[in-house]
Amino acid sequence: MDKTQLLIALALALFSLGLVGVIVRRNLLVMLMCMELMLNGVNLSLVTFAQEAGATVGAVLVFLIFVVATAEIAIAIPIVLLLVRRRHTLDADAYADLKG
Amino acid sequence: MGTLTLIALLPLAGFLLNGLLATRLSGHPFGKRFVTVVGCGLPILAFLLAIRALVDLGAGGYVPLQEVVFTWATIGREPFEIAFHFDRLTAVMVLIVTGVGSLIHVYSTGYMHDDESYARYFAYLNLFLFFMLLLVLGRSLLVLFVGWEGVGLASYLLIGFWFEDPEKAAAGKKAFIVNRIGDAGFLLGMFLLYTVVGTLDMDRINAAFLATPAPAVSATLVGILLFIGATGKSAQIPLYVWLPDAMAGPTPVSALIHAATMVTAGVYMCARLWGIFANAAGASELIAWIGVLTAFVAATIALVQTDIKKVLAYSTVSQLGFMFVAIGVGAYGVAVFHLYTHAFFKACLFLGAGSVIHALSGEQDIRKMGGLRGRIPVTFWTFAIATAAIAGLPPLSGFFSKDEILWFAFASDQGGSAGVFALAALTALMTAFYMFRLLWLVFFGASRLDAHAAAHVHESPLSMTGVLAILAVLSAIGGFLSIPHFLEPMLPLPGIQPSRAGAHVPIVVMSVLLGLAGLAGAAWFFAGKGERAEAVKVRFAGLHRVLSGKYFVDELYDLVINRPLLWVSENVFLRLSDRALIDGTLNGLAALAQRTSGAMGRLQTGHLHLYVLLALIGILAVLFWGWRHV
Amino acid sequence: MSDAAILNLVLWLPVAGMALVSALPEERPDRVRWATFWVMALQFVLTVWLYVRFDAADPSLQFATRLPWIPDWGVAYLIGLDGFNVLLVLLTAFLGPLVVAGSFTAITKDVKLFHAMLFLIQFAMLGTFVAQDLFLFYLFWELMLVPMFLIIGIWGGERRIYATLKFVLYTAFGSILMLAAMIYLVWTLKNTTGVDSFAFADLYGVKLPVDAQTWLFAAFALSFAIKVPIVPLHTWLPDAHVEAPTAGSAILAGVLLKMGTYGFMKLGFPLFPEAAKLFTPLVMSLAVISIVYGACLALVQTDIKKIIAYSSISHLGYVMLGLASLDLIGIQGAVIQMVSHGLTAAGLFMMIGMIYERCHSRDLAAYGGLAKILPLYSVFFLLLTLGAIGLPTTSGFTGEFLSLLGAFRAAWGAYEAGVAWPLWLVGLAVTGVVLGALYMLWFAQRFLYGKLKAPHLPITDLSTREVAVLAAIVVAMFALGLFPDEPLSKTELAARQFQQLVETGGSAFASVR
Repeated sequence: MDKTQLLIALALALFSLGLVGVIVRRNLLVMLMCMELMLNGVNLSLVTFAQEAGATVGAVLVFLIFVVATAEIAIAIPIVLLLVRRRHTLDADAYADLKG
Repeated sequence: MGTLTLIALLPLAGFLLNGLLATRLSGHPFGKRFVTVVGCGLPILAFLLAIRALVDLGAGGYVPLQEVVFTWATIGREPFEIAFHFDRLTAVMVLIVTGVGSLIHVYSTGYMHDDESYARYFAYLNLFLFFMLLLVLGRSLLVLFVGWEGVGLASYLLIGFWFEDPEKAAAGKKAFIVNRIGDAGFLLGMFLLYTVVGTLDMDRINAAFLATPAPAVSATLVGILLFIGATGKSAQIPLYVWLPDAMAGPTPVSALIHAATMVTAGVYMCARLWGIFANAAGASELIAWIGVLTAFVAATIALVQTDIKKVLAYSTVSQLGFMFVAIGVGAYGVAVFHLYTHAFFKACLFLGAGSVIHALSGEQDIRKMGGLRGRIPVTFWTFAIATAAIAGLPPLSGFFSKDEILWFAFASDQGGSAGVFALAALTALMTAFYMFRLLWLVFFGASRLDAHAAAHVHESPLSMTGVLAILAVLSAIGGFLSIPHFLEPMLPLPGIQPSRAGAHVPIVVMSVLLGLAGLAGAAWFFAGKGERAEAVKVRFAGLHRVLSGKYFVDELYDLVINRPLLWVSENVFLRLSDRALIDGTLNGLAALAQRTSGAMGRLQTGHLHLYVLLALIGILAVLFWGWRHV
Repeated sequence: MSDAAILNLVLWLPVAGMALVSALPEERPDRVRWATFWVMALQFVLTVWLYVRFDAADPSLQFATRLPWIPDWGVAYLIGLDGFNVLLVLLTAFLGPLVVAGSFTAITKDVKLFHAMLFLIQFAMLGTFVAQDLFLFYLFWELMLVPMFLIIGIWGGERRIYATLKFVLYTAFGSILMLAAMIYLVWTLKNTTGVDSFAFADLYGVKLPVDAQTWLFAAFALSFAIKVPIVPLHTWLPDAHVEAPTAGSAILAGVLLKMGTYGFMKLGFPLFPEAAKLFTPLVMSLAVISIVYGACLALVQTDIKKIIAYSSISHLGYVMLGLASLDLIGIQGAVIQMVSHGLTAAGLFMMIGMIYERCHSRDLAAYGGLAKILPLYSVFFLLLTLGAIGLPTTSGFTGEFLSLLGAFRAAWGAYEAGVAWPLWLVGLAVTGVVLGALYMLWFAQRFLYGKLKAPHLPITDLSTREVAVLAAIVVAMFALGLFPDEPLSKTELAARQFQQLVETGGSAFASVR
């Protein structure tokens, strides 16, 4: 397995771990962390392909994604905190108000 | 405006004037007089105009007078016109309707004098006259049918006149419904005639059926359908059951509608359309047999009735049966003759009964009468003359008309049979018997009145006794005017079977003897305290019960028609079909939709994880499909 | 002002009326009522003008307006009068003010909204009748559901929600199938002739194979059959009629039901002639079943409104019988019967409304002997009853007689060709006149005669306003019964064209282009 393949496998692993984490874990903060994992997995694959293709655009895009992800977390964590202040729990299953 | 149109419209004007203005005027002392003048005057005027029309007819060589009033509808090739037609037959009918009608209107001024709905009564009576005149003057079956249903309406209103009594209201409804059953058959006959002959004008229908080649439809079928209508209106088997109940109405109504005019409409219609019946041997035979059976059965019931009006009601059904016997054997003019004499003596009898009821302050049960001969003489003598007339004693009118019927029933070459004749003769005997029974029980013997009635017996006012006298005179001498002879140019008399030609004189003699036998029999059974009649009643108690119960026909109809109809409508149609099946299906579908959406709603758990999982599965499925198909 | 402009005015006047009553203050309901009445009365006067000016000898579309609306699809604002809708438009405009006047004292809450809904219904019904473009027709057809839903749902009786939902969903279900069929039809026109058009005149000329026609006819027929209603699709009617307020019932029975039969006349049969001819025996049989079944059910009802509701099913059976006979007399009889039923049913529902306002009961057993204390009421009730049972001189007789005669002629034709059962069918239909008399007279007897009883006695007889409303209906009923020649002559050409279209499948109309 050469370097590119290894890195893609790593990225896929990160992404999958994150995805499974989102599906399985009930703790809101952990879900957020897993989403970050997914994001970073995608980032890694982006860098890998950028290097392979020799395009610097990919690397620059990664920095853009970091910024956007940070902004998104900056919004998401306070939302979670506000929710938690109401229900006093981090369990995602407690927030089933949109039940049909 | 033509004479004929005027004759018809005058009573209508009376209806509108009395109906609209009279309630306004009822508080006013002038009110009752207004109603009387308008209510009686307009029919009398119509009668005079009818005489004038007859004179015009004669002057014109008896070519029928025709007036077209307006076109009702123009569809297809033939316009439906409202037109009047006046020929010999119409003349006889119109004169009877307006003449006897006017007399009964005058009688009503005395009889209904104290009734609070005096104005409404005369309005309805005038309305009846209007529709009856439409019926007899109409040129086409359409106009006749308008009059036909219209007199049914007037009859409904007048029978149920005292509507606060639920039984009387029910009697009116029964009359209308039973008539309508006949009308259903009549409508089918009309449709058939229009479809095949292309017109509803009766003179043209007759011409079509008398011509060769005849129209491409069975005359018997048409005849039977039309006759079904006649059985309803003219109270023959099986639709006669409304007439006895119709006695719930005021007695002058019974005289006018259920004796002299409305019930004769069926006879008139058959006579008018004789061209069909002359070519419909099957239908004619049916008519003759139904006529004679009705006459026979009704006479047996009349033998044991105890209400004075009911005896006369069944007697009317029976006499109508005689008229249909004449129709059935092709003697159309003779049927009209009997219609004419019957109008006189039956009206006289009914009005006489009214006079008796009036004299006895409302009593109608003949078991509580008796010995009234000396106390109400005018009523007695007129009643007696009319009774003798209906029994067929010469030289009164009934003798002439009934004798002709018996003769043709036996000897006509268009269906005269010994069987019909025998039953008819037996019926004639019973007629004489029960009518004289009535005369005896009401007027002869010891008084069986209760105290209150006995104290107040009084002869009726001149408005009533005058009319009785006129009708009695007409019952006596009316037979000398030979109606069959007058009508013969347009209603030919049937030929005579050669083998039976010699029987004419014996039959005449026999019919006189039958009348006298009836008189003698009644006198013998009911003389004194009527012990002999009582003895017979006790000995034949079972038969008496059947006859008193009118053969339980009403009960049979209720069992076989009314109850099943209501049961099926309620249980099969409403509960089973409408509610359980149809609505059940609909509500079931709605419930199914609700349950399905309820089930699908359970996917919305509100849990984020499930949503993500499902989204993931969906994405994977799409990717998979794309991998497979691209 | 040209006659075509007047027709547009007649159609859009209710919309103006809606705007007017919305602007009036809610605190003065009387103003709202009278404003509605006068606007409707104006509409009636204009309609009478158009009726008088209608030329019975002109077979083409009269007073027509054609404005392109969605040219890419071929949809146009195309309206006009022909022999079939002229009488129905007159009936609608006639009943409008009468229904409003009859409800003066019955509706006391949300008066503005109620009268706005009456206007909207008037607009929808008139639009359905005068539309000559299928898209426009469908639009108005569906539009009619909205105000009816509200009228029954807000001002109705106890089970109003169930009744109104049933009514709307049932009707809408049929309409959806009709929509699908419509689209297929227009698409076929486009494919075969290259013409984009929803106009009736163009669609009559579309030639479809018989099996396609059968499906399309079934779709259209289902929608119309639900509306008429034809047994067994009738069960929405008793509930809707009973729960609706008086005005709603009167309009429903008076006009809305005619939209179904009009649909058959104008679209169902002429658009799919071969299929129609295959279906006419079935339609006639169902019509006779409706006549008898409706009458039998009316016989055993205890709710006075339900009696009239089931009688409507029975009377419209005569209409379908006359129409499906394809006989000229039958078709014209069917049109007269439509108008006649509109008058008598609306009148009877209004009379029931009048007694309900006084006694607040619809149970027949609670009433009796009313003729003694309400003489005026009884006279009108009896007159309308006679119209309902088809006594000669009333419009009911004209309608029933001509419809039955037409059906008989069709059946006789079949008999001469060797098929006997249609004659028996017509015989059964004629028994309808007996059953009709039976249930109505029994109703009248229990209601008006016998011993007096009623809830909330003493009660007053009819007021002047009520007499005026009923008198107008009764006069119209007798006018149509005694002098039907003029209205019949106006429908004759349309009836002949109907016959031609169904027999040949060609286009006998002059298209308004």
